[in-house]
Amino acid sequence: MKILVPVKRVLDANVAVRVKPDGSGVELANLKMSMNPFDEIAVEEAVKLREAGTASEVIVVSIGPAQAADTLRSGLAMGADRAILVKTEDALEPLAIAKILKHIAGTEAPDLVIMGKQAIDDDCNQTAQMLSALLDWPQAMFASKVEVSGQSVTVTREIDGGLETLEMDLPAVISTDLRLNIPRYASLPNVMKAKKKPLEEIAAESLGISLAPQLHVVATNPPPERKPGAMVDSVDALVEKLKSEARVL
Amino acid sequence: MSTLILAEHDNAHLNPATAKAVFAAAQWGGGIDILVAGHNCAAVAEAAAKLDGINKVLVLDDAAYQHGMAEPLSAVLVHLAPSYTYIAAAATSFGKNVMPRVAALLDVMQVSDITKVVNPTTFERPIYAGGAVQTIEAKSEKIVVTVRASAFDSQPEGGSPAPVEAISFDAPAPKARFVSRESAGGTGPDLATARVVVSGGRALGSKEQFDSLLTPLAEKLNAALGASRAAVDSGYAPNDWQVGQTGKVVAPDLYVAVGISGAIQHLAGMKNSKVIVAIDKDPEAPIFKVADYGLVADIFEAVPELTEKL
Ligand SMILES: Cc1cc2nc3c(=O)[nH]c(=O)nc-3n(C[C@H](O)[C@H](O)[C@H](O)COP(=O)(O)OP(=O)(O)OC[C@H]3O[C@@H](n4cnc5c(N)ncnc54)[C@H](O)[C@@H]3O)c2cc1C
Ligand SMILES: Nc1ncnc2c1ncn2[C@@H]1O[C@H](COP(=O)(O)O)[C@@H](O)[C@H]1O
Repeated sequence: MKILVPVKRVLDANVAVRVKPDGSGVELANLKMSMNPFDEIAVEEAVKLREAGTASEVIVVSIGPAQAADTLRSGLAMGADRAILVKTEDALEPLAIAKILKHIAGTEAPDLVIMGKQAIDDDCNQTAQMLSALLDWPQAMFASKVEVSGQSVTVTREIDGGLETLEMDLPAVISTDLRLNIPRYASLPNVMKAKKKPLEEIAAESLGISLAPQLHVVATNPPPERKPGAMVDSVDALVEKLKSEARVL
Repeated sequence: MSTLILAEHDNAHLNPATAKAVFAAAQWGGGIDILVAGHNCAAVAEAAAKLDGINKVLVLDDAAYQHGMAEPLSAVLVHLAPSYTYIAAAATSFGKNVMPRVAALLDVMQVSDITKVVNPTTFERPIYAGGAVQTIEAKSEKIVVTVRASAFDSQPEGGSPAPVEAISFDAPAPKARFVSRESAGGTGPDLATARVVVSGGRALGSKEQFDSLLTPLAEKLNAALGASRAAVDSGYAPNDWQVGQTGKVVAPDLYVAVGISGAIQHLAGMKNSKVIVAIDKDPEAPIFKVADYGLVADIFEAVPELTEKL
């Protein structure tokens, strides 16, 4: 069984976001970039399936600038076997990403695509669902448990109000939620080994897919500030404020 | 220019998030229809028909739609799409599961999780866990939108109910099969719509302490319980209590954060609450930057005292 894991290079989750003063976007220059946390979970799940003998090959794929190769190397260091970089300098929309991934799924013929439920930069939460629809493969989004047996996979997913379990025929698309696993840290020897694993480069423009954006970003602004609150020095003072000032009790 | 809203329900009750999506649709304007697809879901259609300003409610009552699976639902929406400019739903785990498929099959981008309607084709949506807000203009012929429920009011009920029209559609045989659903339980108010939310963080230390400290406070306030990711990951609270960037987004009248430091990912889910109370022993905790009332105290002393004095 072959598993394809799309990984996105994003601003590290621990870096404070700053909006550019001219409203043209978010400051990214010289800031720490990392693999999207949900995609780390996806890589971990795929590598675990390979270690268990269920999967035979794990391929990580990223669509982005030359530096996305670093993100792919982290995936390789976690245990993926090889990598594909679809190179583009443009920030593509989820629909264009899904179309490129469909193309890659066509050439690689994976049995399973495991990807993040959400990129923590655009917070779109749509690429996996789109890929499933374009491929006409079944989907199980927001997975917290994945069990492969033969030609089917059983997935428990996190939904509002509890958990839902689905069974899907392969090939299928899964998106990961936070509780699926805890991604490993790559050991130094594995980081060294990853440098020698194959990384193929493809130019996005060479695929003949329309990548033009459909949504026009008019402006990017900082969020509205909350007006500063007050500290209270006792529970009595808190109860008093909630009753007489905030009037929420 | 009209809108089709996908209703969310459990075949018996209309989810309150749907009325929020309708409210947003009324802001961009044009006629609004609601699709209720389910099985034995007549009561849901009736509830949807009562919302103010609805043209008609389409009911697709068929066992194939009983469990709200994404594949058959997206197929129906694409089938109905030629009559509409907008296809929309609330950005709940249900809407997020279905709607991007509809967008992809229509070959358009989805505008995810909007928090404001600027004009009929321009919307605001938070990115980077609410660290920035994008203003987005959709230029496509069809516009697929998910609506952040906590950012909009509920569409009120109107005078006379809209007509309900039965439709049929044979969705292709599903390649994903529903196995089971497990509810997280909890008897209090629903987290997404509660007027008051009490959330606990890592400081609670165990599930037992989470329950024994926060349940009495929540009961006193008639509040829903929520949690930080750290509390959920540690097993103190069920998964679907997580408030934040990647959990639920809530905006109650009163949000009480207990032993939660206030990471940006948590703030993303609660910072639009009307009144925020934070109790934490670390005066430097970032949660105090968004709190209307901050109390620096040990939660194991302050919370029982608060519960008693309310
Ligand atoms: C991709 C990604 C997505 C995420 N999504 C979410 C999300 O949706 N929601 C979310 O909440 N987090 C999310 N997080 C995690 C987030 O970054 C924080 O790690 C998390 O919110 C911390 O939880 P906490 O505040 O309970 O724990 P901590 O940060 O450890 O804070 C515990 C607090 O308790 C206080 N404390 C300890 N003991 C006591 C005591 N006895 N009395 C009083 N105070 C005490 C401490 O001073 C501290 O402020 C996400 C992270 C990532 C990377
Ligand atoms: N540029 C990209 N390259 C590879 N995978 C991506 C890219 N963008 C998004 N993805 C995948 O799609 C998931 C969801 O992203 P989004 O729909 O943008 O929130 C991510 O977690 C990744 O797995």
